[in-house]
Amino acid sequence: MSNGYAIAVEGLTKRFSGREVVKRLTLEVREGEIFGFLGPNGSGKTTSIRMLCGLLTPDEGRGTCLGYDVIRETADIKRRVGYMTQRFSLYEDLSIRENLDFVARMYGMRGRRTAVENALERLGLANRREQLAGTLSGGWKQRLALAACMLHEPRLLLLDEPTAGVDPKARRDFWEQIHALAAEGITVLVSTHYMDEAERCHQLAYIAYGNLLARGTPQEVLEGSGLATWSVEGEDLYELAAELRGLAGITQVVPFGNILHVSGADPELLEATIAPFRKQAQRRWTPSEASLEDAFIHLMDSTRDNYQ
Amino acid sequence: MSGNGFSGSRFAAMVAKEFIQMRRDRLTFAMMVGIPLLQLILFGFAINADPKNLPTAVLSADDSPFARSFIAGLANSGYFRVTHRVASEAEADRLLELGETQFVVTIPEDFSRKLQRGERPAVLIEADATDPAATSNAVATVLRMNETVLERDLTGSLARLRSQPPPFEVQVQRRYNPEGITQYNIVPGLMGTILTMTMIMMTGLAITRERERGTMEHLLATPVKPLEVMIGKIVPYILVAYIQAGLILAAAWVIFGVPLSGSLALLLASVLVFVTANLSVGITFSTLAKNQMQAMQMTFFFFLPSILLSGFMFPFRGMPEWAQWLGELLPLTHFLRVVRGILLKGNGVAEILPNLWPMLAFIAVVMTIAVRRYRRTLD
Ligand SMILES: Nc1ncnc2c1ncn2[C@@H]1O[C@H](COP(=O)(O)OP(=O)(O)OP(=O)(O)O)[C@@H](O)[C@H]1O
Ligand SMILES: [Mg+2]
Repeated sequence: MSNGYAIAVEGLTKRFSGREVVKRLTLEVREGEIFGFLGPNGSGKTTSIRMLCGLLTPDEGRGTCLGYDVIRETADIKRRVGYMTQRFSLYEDLSIRENLDFVARMYGMRGRRTAVENALERLGLANRREQLAGTLSGGWKQRLALAACMLHEPRLLLLDEPTAGVDPKARRDFWEQIHALAAEGITVLVSTHYMDEAERCHQLAYIAYGNLLARGTPQEVLEGSGLATWSVEGEDLYELAAELRGLAGITQVVPFGNILHVSGADPELLEATIAPFRKQAQRRWTPSEASLEDAFIHLMDSTRDNYQ
Repeated sequence: MSGNGFSGSRFAAMVAKEFIQMRRDRLTFAMMVGIPLLQLILFGFAINADPKNLPTAVLSADDSPFARSFIAGLANSGYFRVTHRVASEAEADRLLELGETQFVVTIPEDFSRKLQRGERPAVLIEADATDPAATSNAVATVLRMNETVLERDLTGSLARLRSQPPPFEVQVQRRYNPEGITQYNIVPGLMGTILTMTMIMMTGLAITRERERGTMEHLLATPVKPLEVMIGKIVPYILVAYIQAGLILAAAWVIFGVPLSGSLALLLASVLVFVTANLSVGITFSTLAKNQMQAMQMTFFFFLPSILLSGFMFPFRGMPEWAQWLGELLPLTHFLRVVRGILLKGNGVAEILPNLWPMLAFIAVVMTIAVRRYRRTLD
């Protein structure tokens, strides 16, 4: 494999009818890493993932996936990659078992029957194996799709919002499974909108409007945003929020239950702006850590300024 | 205006929306214009229920002026075009069997001698009557020709022969379908058209359905190859086709009493070739169409000329040359000839071969397009 990288691409660009949807994406994902792919809706996550597994041909750029060229050796990539699509893409009119069996056949798996049986057991769907996939609930469809894309024991998993609509328990199980796989050396690239999931990744990439805006461990991304945050507790937070919004140096005012997060990109300006409010007795201000969510929303806001 | 009644503005908005969508869907729009035009052209110009210039073989054992006049008379009638001069009955039979000619005209050896003696000799006209409509007018004309065609030759002492009854007889033999039963022609034709319609439509939807339901994305992410997908989608329909063909053949035999003169195995083998040709058209449409609606329209677009130009609805030889030329490209045209040949004429492999290879060539060309057009990516 190419010096320890499961994915190494540079300058990947994709246009749809002239519009650049992914712009010069450069990514490196080490083997055995869990790589989180984040970004607002329509930012180009799905498009990027499709280019990585040969479903879309990049207009520009080059790179490798599992050591195979993403443009010329897509057949080799497909054989070794497990791709879970964002939209349910198994056959609704086939049963659970038939779907898994079909997938296993597509990959020409040996010991197909036992592999399918094991997958059914692990899923906990063994006694519903003959149920039509289309009649499963949304969360169960996700779990089935996930099982299907891992069936052929791929070296690299590309998961496009695998836990959307999945309950907390199943999500925790899923992440435990992902970490176990990573420990075995399997690489996982996962797109998500959930911040708690982002925090569970080894590395993150954040894209918006097709541009890669931030990269690194969750901690690095957080620090890189340079965001200063204060949390406020007390009375009449809603009114306070309304007053604070739009003041110089304040970029975000977000209520979290009984706490208000107030953040700004320039710590000194922020402190100066909030100084008069801190004197008010009915509330308590404490400096706090910005959350990943704060950081991402900040990134998103600043790019909108730059690109629109 | 009341709240839950019919709203004029809502209705107008609906109409406007439909128009916008219609305009966006270029193919649908093109089809809506194209289909009536196509029908107009086909019905207006291509279809001729009174086929003329039908290829005719002449087997003449008598080279007298009378015989020549008669043959010239045939040509002058506009219905007959002498394409072959043959020397033996076997040769003539072969031409009919192959469908090379529609008629064989046999003038006996002693034609002029008997004619001059007033013995009223007979000219034999054998017609390929598998499609009765193709020959009926020609036959009607020739039956009346004996009254007038020799008028100028019968001079002097022979002038007396001009009187009634006519100086010679015309005997017509309707070959393969002596009673001129139209079902003999229609039933095999129906088999072809039904197979065309269902096969193309089913496979036409096959890939577009995957694309519409989103399952294509997963399928494309697996290592599966284009040809595997396409052939995989074709094969199940071959079974369906055999069920359909079986039903139609059984009905043809039981209800209409259509004979099976040739070999059933050969017929079934030809069905396979024909069905494969249609399925490959369907799968090609499937790779070209953006959605199921477009696939349906393409099916219709192919189906229409198939019925009109194949000789199913109207006699093939009644169409102008360009229409025949188009017809030759269609698998249904060849299949109709094969089925009529096997059922009614008892054709064997050698006789149907000229109609089998065009279908095979068709499959090769169309499948090549399908494989090339099959999108391996979502681009
Ligand atoms: N086949 C296509 N043709 C035209 N435009 C497309 C196509 N696929 C995606 N796009 C556009 O590309 C942009 C990025 O889409 P993409 O699906 O990659 O976003 P995403 O980051 O996955 O969003 P989400 O979080 O909503 O899943 C969108 O603006 C979308 O409209
Ligand atoms: Mg997406």
